[in-house]
Amino acid sequence: MEWVNAIVQGTLLGGLYALFAAGLSLIFGVMRLVNIAHGDFIVLGAYLGLSVTTILGIHPLVALVFVVPCMAMIGYILQRGILNQTLGGDLLSPLLVTFGLSVILQNALLEIYSADPQKMNAGALETASVSLGDLSLGVLPLLTFGIAVAVIAALQWTFYRTALGRAFRATSDNQEIAQLMGLNRRHIFGMAMALALAVTAIAGIMLGIRTSFDPSVGGGRLIFGFEAVIIGGLGNLWGTLAGGVILGVAQTIGAKIDPGWQLLAGHIVFLAILAVRPNGLFPRVSG
Amino acid sequence: MPDPILQISGLDAHYGDFQALFGVDLDVAEGEVLAIIGANGAGKTTLLRSISGLTQNAPDMIQYRRAPIGGLRADEVANLGIALVPEGRQLFPSLSVEENLIIGGQIGRKGPWSLQAVYDLFPILKERRAQQSTSLSGGQQQMVAIGRALMANPDLILFDEISLGLAPIIIKDIYDALPGIIGEGMSALIVEQDISKALSVSSRFYCLQEGRVSLCGASATVAREDISRAYFGVA
Ligand SMILES: Nc1ncnc2c1ncn2[C@@H]1O[C@H](COP(=O)(O)OP(=O)(O)OP(=O)(O)O)[C@@H](O)[C@H]1O
Ligand SMILES: [Mg+2]
Repeated sequence: MEWVNAIVQGTLLGGLYALFAAGLSLIFGVMRLVNIAHGDFIVLGAYLGLSVTTILGIHPLVALVFVVPCMAMIGYILQRGILNQTLGGDLLSPLLVTFGLSVILQNALLEIYSADPQKMNAGALETASVSLGDLSLGVLPLLTFGIAVAVIAALQWTFYRTALGRAFRATSDNQEIAQLMGLNRRHIFGMAMALALAVTAIAGIMLGIRTSFDPSVGGGRLIFGFEAVIIGGLGNLWGTLAGGVILGVAQTIGAKIDPGWQLLAGHIVFLAILAVRPNGLFPRVSG
Repeated sequence: MPDPILQISGLDAHYGDFQALFGVDLDVAEGEVLAIIGANGAGKTTLLRSISGLTQNAPDMIQYRRAPIGGLRADEVANLGIALVPEGRQLFPSLSVEENLIIGGQIGRKGPWSLQAVYDLFPILKERRAQQSTSLSGGQQQMVAIGRALMANPDLILFDEISLGLAPIIIKDIYDALPGIIGEGMSALIVEQDISKALSVSSRFYCLQEGRVSLCGASATVAREDISRAYFGVA
């Protein structure tokens, strides 16, 4: 029973990791950009949530209404203002620029919010739980998992059922020919980054409700997101959810064996999968 | 002679240090079908890339309806009503056949071409509309590429070697369909290696040789020897 419990908790934790990963996956899928600052944007989302909740005195989940559009706007401006300039050449320049962004973001957050760990207060939601037979499931992890599924489904729908998604796929296939269709790739990339940071805002707020955070925790979130994307297979959104779940389950089972093994177990499973299937479990199949 | 829709004067084009076009002068009248012929590497594709904005040039070198467009980006040029059927078809593999057509029309210009009109022209595409575009035969892919460009309802359409790699019977089908396509008052520039095909559908032709216009004239009356001289550069 304890093992079943560990697997179920790990699955729910995987929802959070999928939220970390979705934006990363989307950005890589559309413009082959690896955003090293992604984890710091998750933390930025958490801090924006914290500010909004303290200033307006609202529930963190309500703060999403402000933080999501705000992060989307930051994403669009960032892409049009800086990141578009780094694309088109080698892979190194976007890596270096986003690495620099990561350093800047961490230091700015440190300046503004200090290094003290903070947490968002979600009231009764944090401790509420439901029983399912012998299992006791936290409402917050359940909600996080539900949001992750909804976000992935919404992204999937956007990608395959809307004009914007069609433009994303076309631009990803062939930027030059997409331009011939009247699509301005700089704008399309801006929209992709806006969407990615909107999802990142959700990830940041769910993170900030679940655990305490400080300006330095972005790197770890980037790794989890990255591992989930790679396990699931690049460019496959449902695969990213599966990757998050596999990582989450590996971590909780590792922690069950020995509390110190939580992160290690996740990394080992990641490396094992990478060794056996270098393209991830579910590499991109379109349609 | 009617007003030119496109006027190219002194067009130079470069790939880095390499110069691919040297002072090309060319004009297309409203509603005219022009053929561009020339050997491999003569600069035909480069000319079409320059017109469509994939290669940037000095603004004044290319004028569209008397407005300088040489410096515009490809998406801006597309919005003005110039469409390119690129060499090698270049469909979007992640998009179905129908999505490839729809994305061609997303500029939203008014005109005779719609999904239905393209399906009427190439009925086989309607049957295959849900398929991955890469699963089609070469000829069918070329139909999609042509349909995709038509969906933009362009005023000027550029074809880059639409017969490349296709079986002769398919080439004949596509060339038989061309008058119906261009007959709607569109102007067209047809790049083709098959000289007789190109001359048969055009009113005038330009021959490029190593980045320069080596001959131009009326397609119906040009002498074969003149063409081979302009084509291969034999004195
Ligand atoms: N991307 C590029 N970089 C460098 N040189 C190029 C590039 N594309 C074309 N060229 C060169 O420019 C010249 C003109 O090429 P272009 O493709 O315009 O010829 P073309 O007439 O279309 O030939 P083909 O009949 O083979 O399609 C050639 O010498 C070619 O090698
Ligand atoms: Mg060519």
